Amino acid sequence: MAITREEVLHVAKLARLELSEEEIERLTGELSAILEAVSKVSELDLSDVPPTSHPLALVNAWDEDESRPSLELDETFANAPARDGDLFRVPPTV
Amino acid sequence: MSLDTLRLTAEEALGLLERNEVSGPELHRAYLDAVAERDGELHCYLRTVEDAEGNGVPIALKDVISTKGVETTAGSKILEGYVPVRDATVAARCREAGLPTIGKTNTDEFAMGSSTENSAYGPTRNPWDPSRVPGGSGGGTAAAVSAGLAPWGLGSDTGGSVKQPSALCGNVGLRPTYGTVSRFGVVAFASSLDQIGPVAKNVRDCARLYSIVAGKDACDSTTVDVPAVVLPTDERLDGLRIGVPRELNDAEGIEPGVADAVAKAIALAEELGAEVGECELPRSVDYGLACYYLIAPAEASSNLARYDGVRYGLRVDADSYDALVERTRDAGFGDEPKRRIMLGTYALSAGYYDAYYGQAQKVRTVIIREHAEAFERFDILVSPTSPTVAFELGAKTADPLAMYLSDLLTIPSCMAGLPGLNVPCGLSEGLPIGLQLIGPQLSENTLFRVGHALETALGFDPVPERLR
Repeated sequence: MAITREEVLHVAKLARLELSEEEIERLTGELSAILEAVSKVSELDLSDVPPTSHPLALVNAWDEDESRPSLELDETFANAPARDGDLFRVPPTV
Repeated sequence: MSLDTLRLTAEEALGLLERNEVSGPELHRAYLDAVAERDGELHCYLRTVEDAEGNGVPIALKDVISTKGVETTAGSKILEGYVPVRDATVAARCREAGLPTIGKTNTDEFAMGSSTENSAYGPTRNPWDPSRVPGGSGGGTAAAVSAGLAPWGLGSDTGGSVKQPSALCGNVGLRPTYGTVSRFGVVAFASSLDQIGPVAKNVRDCARLYSIVAGKDACDSTTVDVPAVVLPTDERLDGLRIGVPRELNDAEGIEPGVADAVAKAIALAEELGAEVGECELPRSVDYGLACYYLIAPAEASSNLARYDGVRYGLRVDADSYDALVERTRDAGFGDEPKRRIMLGTYALSAGYYDAYYGQAQKVRTVIIREHAEAFERFDILVSPTSPTVAFELGAKTADPLAMYLSDLLTIPSCMAGLPGLNVPCGLSEGLPIGLQLIGPQLSENTLFRVGHALETALGFDPVPERLR
């Protein structure tokens, strides 16, 4: 199961990673080898087996609908790289 | 008084405190002094806490656990300088129990790794032989406990990150049943697998720490009610049915020294009154690793999407929002998180979802069923924890797949949400070997009982030979 350079670039875009040329080259080889190993799961015919998303048989965890204090604004922004009043500052998005 | 932190167990430390033979701050200071003396070589801690509060037995916390006012990096540059504004539930429970924090321990970046070499802050070394790795991802906590730099500590385990380092460092580590310990405030890796677990010098200490941190938490809706913890005292195993899964004990790559020590421990269990029988987990071991390396990266790629340079953590400035996010993530994540984010994103992407992630979820069902079937006949299952003893630094860093194989034997039970306990069972070439005990969900008390009886009979000395 080889992954192409184009696929690596596409996945990097989806994952929001600006990879360097060296990383693109290395990951193309490494991901191909790993994908070949994990493709082993397709050897099994599991058409009748339901998927498991979670190891516990929990259904719903209910809680009382009560208001509780949340973080103060200054705490919320304590680790922010750039704050603008009550907002996180970022460059233009469009 | 002078304290030998190398030998002191948490229970003994508790006795000293209760009899007023030492004060909480004196005990905390003794561990900080030991860190100052020995951690230059080992690098178990990323930072220590000089002015921690509490009059109880001090504790080491893996750096994925949020600690209010104390930098928490998860071993990553993307979180350098991040200071949580609140405690993780497990840290809060330690605080309420009066356990002062000694420091935050080293980890593979985002707990992704089996050797602690993926930490962005440099590797931790094994106290039995500093040319070797302590295992991972929780190598910092495990090495600290073995080197007498903490009487006990907390790690986190996704596919073996508590059990495997405990095996390689020669101490006791529990990966609890999924849902018994709150994950609130713990840096997320793969949410359907992540569990917090205690590490200690012996089983009773491990059980005691588990009793402090386990229990339902309103802040984590996946937590469940936990049976009262019983500190083990029995030295016999009469009536216990032990299953030896063939695939976990005959797997390719298990070193002869490891296989021998585990076989001897099983024979000893029989002498203590247990009934031993062989069983099978035909597909769990064969397909477990592949299943794990689809599900865990898929969940990780989703969890790590939050590191965008906007609300906290590293930011690399750029002219546009997209460029800011992409550059921040490229600069902030190391090789292993990038590899797993890429793998997980691919496995979840349109056109591949059913073949990879969807199929892996079905394999997970098969693994759960096979273990349930084994537990119809047996109370616990046993195997080596790690196929090998501690390996040399650098031995597997160039080959991700070889590194992934380190967790071959711990992964299947993690996929099934089952608890597992590592108990040291001997030495091979002067390095510790770990025995893995696996039980059904919520069987921690059984694991503690068996682990205690075995460690008592085995008489393993947890202090590394070179430090004695």
